[in-house]
Amino acid sequence: MSVILLDEPLVPTPPRWRRFVARLLRNPSVVVGGTILILLILLALFAPWVAPYDPFKVNPVQRLKPPSWLHLMGTDEVGRDLFSRLIFGSRYFLLICIVTASISASIGTLLGLIAGAGSVVTESIIMRLIDVMLAFPYILMVLVIVAILGPSLWTGMISIGIAGIPGYARLVRSAVLTVKREDYVVSARALGASEADILFRTILPNVLSPLIVYLAFSMPLAALVTSSLSFIGLGTQPPAPEWGAMLVNSRTYLFSAWWAVTGPGMALFISIFGLNILGNGLRDVLDPRSAA
Amino acid sequence: MLQYVARRLLLLIPVVIGILLVTFLMKALIPTDAVTAIYSGTLSEKDAAEAIATLRAKYHLDLPWYQQFYIYVRDLMSGDFGESIRLRKPVMDELGYRYVNTIILTLAALAIALVVGLTTGILAAVKRNSWLDVTATTIGLFGISMPAFFFGLLLILVFAVWLRWLPVVPRGTMALLLPAVALGLIEAAPISQVARTSMIDVLGRDYIQAARARGASEFALVVRHALPNALIVVLTLVGLQIGNLLGGAFIIEAIFGWHGIGELAVNAIEWRDFTLTQAIILISAATYLVVNLVADILYAWLDPRVELNS
Repeated sequence: MSVILLDEPLVPTPPRWRRFVARLLRNPSVVVGGTILILLILLALFAPWVAPYDPFKVNPVQRLKPPSWLHLMGTDEVGRDLFSRLIFGSRYFLLICIVTASISASIGTLLGLIAGAGSVVTESIIMRLIDVMLAFPYILMVLVIVAILGPSLWTGMISIGIAGIPGYARLVRSAVLTVKREDYVVSARALGASEADILFRTILPNVLSPLIVYLAFSMPLAALVTSSLSFIGLGTQPPAPEWGAMLVNSRTYLFSAWWAVTGPGMALFISIFGLNILGNGLRDVLDPRSAA
Repeated sequence: MLQYVARRLLLLIPVVIGILLVTFLMKALIPTDAVTAIYSGTLSEKDAAEAIATLRAKYHLDLPWYQQFYIYVRDLMSGDFGESIRLRKPVMDELGYRYVNTIILTLAALAIALVVGLTTGILAAVKRNSWLDVTATTIGLFGISMPAFFFGLLLILVFAVWLRWLPVVPRGTMALLLPAVALGLIEAAPISQVARTSMIDVLGRDYIQAARARGASEFALVVRHALPNALIVVLTLVGLQIGNLLGGAFIIEAIFGWHGIGELAVNAIEWRDFTLTQAIILISAATYLVVNLVADILYAWLDPRVELNS
């Protein structure tokens, strides 16, 4: 004879991740921001098929043409098709987001974990280092590193990645300090788990939510600063179709060809806006306490 | 209070040493030093080697690093920031007036950011969840998503090119208007958000209810009772904002041709003029440090609990 367990629900609950996705999809910010991000990824992946022209093809006859059916967003000062260049620009945008975030998040998280869970000496060494980095305003810190490495797309991304480390380190450290006194960490230690095990298997998963929210907010900031660097000539160098770099040349033609400025500018703005509202939505879902 | 200030000052010592080391290391880490850059390809090999040797000796590039660091700090102490390699004149001659210009731009932008940010933030908190609140939040999101350089160009496009309200090459105070607005409106966004959150928090406190029970008008409630306490939180943010404003000024100056240290920094990095770059970085970091120190002390003075907690 079989025993019927009464506390078993009659309708099976969907698995955890399905419920989580459902909660995400109910949040309008996540939906709008996520749509923008997915569109960007698709554009970046299929750029050569979507773009009507070669983004580098110079055509002096067609220079500074206003938007038309032939050139949906007009042409730039050497006759390149702006629409195609904008589409290829999405690749740079995503590359920047991924590279800068990987650098700051990986190194910052590691430093934060070590500072939060390590000895007093390692903690104070790491935190003094972080203090020095934070003594520089963000953009200044970036400029210091660019000055050392020399201006280019990659040095720009590396600089912004490094300048983002202190934020992650601080966040993770304070999260670790709160988590490490929790009962489950203490019991893991009592059960004989090694320090590394506790750090990466017990503590890290529990500081993941604030980390993801921070990641979602720091990525658009990093993209914004990278394009600013390109704009002042210290990042991506023309003729690369990076949106910030595209504005460098076209701003000279602001009076005669406004579309060459508004196109790349709006592309940047919409992409960064998308990531920001995605971050807002994720914060509401993952970390409801911090949302006002 | 005095003890708190003293402790804050002591904590600055490692940071100051760190900043000096970073700016000093910039010179050591730059792969082609500016001296080599100046002469490469312009002179015959022998002449160039000689000229480079003389200049390297002049900038102490031939000494070991710790001696270079000692000389660097010693010179700074006596107010000598070195000579710009590119401009061939003392760094301070060029930096002085540009520093003042950057401060003017930063303060003007801060004033705009505070007026706009506080007004929208407070209104949004008082009329919570109204259309005003939603608008303020949306504008805030726009603010943090808008690249300063694009916003600057848009302002020029709309007000100078399309509407012709402003001259294309403005002078005097007019020249300050657009960059300050561009910078100020973008920085208004975070101020507005923080003002809103802290105002909502304060408005929910018991003493506000008590004042309301005693018959204080809504206006007095907001302005006299809630605002002073809500402002304390905004103050610490403003300390940090000044860093953003300084950083933002670096980019805005380049667009509007405002002759501040930001515009100079961009040139200095392109020229690989390390004395100039070093001095600009040092002076900006020092400014930021002092501003944050003042903000912290003010904060502790306004809210004595801070002193006890730290």
